[in-house]
Amino acid sequence: MTGMERLIIIGMVLLGTLLTRFLPFLVFPTGKPVPPYIRYLGRVLPGAVFGMLVIYCLKDIQWLQSGHGLPELLSLGVVLGLQSWRRQMLLSIAGGTACHMLLVQYIF
Amino acid sequence: MKVEMIKKAFRVAFPYTVPIFAGFWFLGLTYGIFMHAAGFSFWYPALMSLTIFAGSVEFLTVPMLLGPFAPLSALAITLMVNARHLFYGISMLEKFRGTGWKKPYLIYGMCDESFSINFTAHIPAEVDRGWFMFFVTLLNHIYWFTGALLGGLCGAWLHFNTAGLDFVMTAMFVVIFFENWRQEERHESSLWGLGISVVSLVVFGAGHFIIPAMLGILGVLTWRRGRREMEGELVK
Repeated sequence: MTGMERLIIIGMVLLGTLLTRFLPFLVFPTGKPVPPYIRYLGRVLPGAVFGMLVIYCLKDIQWLQSGHGLPELLSLGVVLGLQSWRRQMLLSIAGGTACHMLLVQYIF
Repeated sequence: MKVEMIKKAFRVAFPYTVPIFAGFWFLGLTYGIFMHAAGFSFWYPALMSLTIFAGSVEFLTVPMLLGPFAPLSALAITLMVNARHLFYGISMLEKFRGTGWKKPYLIYGMCDESFSINFTAHIPAEVDRGWFMFFVTLLNHIYWFTGALLGGLCGAWLHFNTAGLDFVMTAMFVVIFFENWRQEERHESSLWGLGISVVSLVVFGAGHFIIPAMLGILGVLTWRRGRREMEGELVK
């Protein structure tokens, strides 16, 4: 990818972020009622999008090659275990990442 | 005195942001190091943390910048990932009213953490709401920017094996998914999100599965709304 193409990608991400932040204030300027369909999406969309993002992060696992996804699955277990135990987001992220780095660097 | 009023708003706002400071420096540093490990100069994390200021989507720009040039897909992913901001905005319509010139910046800097504080904080009556929210947003913005900048710079000096560090993004989204899951009354849409994405990944492959997955999610959730209304569940 050229430098210009990279800037375009960053610009697109910036544009998308600006759109999602400013749109409600442009569409509902003075307390216009929010349509029920939009309110419904506000309730159900986050869970589905987070689920999709988890799959997005795992999309490049090579299930048939060395490791067979084991470093990822074990580290996922560490993340979920730490999070249900202590509920400290940073601890869970740091612990899972450290586990993954150890596994791919020394074991698999 | 106007200056006194501004100082007071700062003194009240600052303590709210201290936990965010710890979190943003950790994640910002990691983000900067992550970008360095992916082969980017510190200008990239610095520029993106300053302008985009949306952590999760900034991590996602790394695979976008390393993969094939796909600007529309980048826009679509950003819109879907940040779609929650639409609902933050809807919640803040009233609270941001009357904040004058600070309002555009309050909207611009409305990341998850700034929203959470500004939406839930009990601001004392004698403190100016506009300045309070302005300082919360600005401080968070500064924490995130300096963390990412330092990470991008230090990445060059830290000589350790970064293989496997990319898991930080996976871990972050798994924790977010898990926390959202715990707060849900029913897990239907989370499960649809996982299921539709896996099917789409198998059918379309790693490079092309996101847009079909998003369309599938929107379609199924819209269809389910009709069903749930018929079952009398969504009366409100």
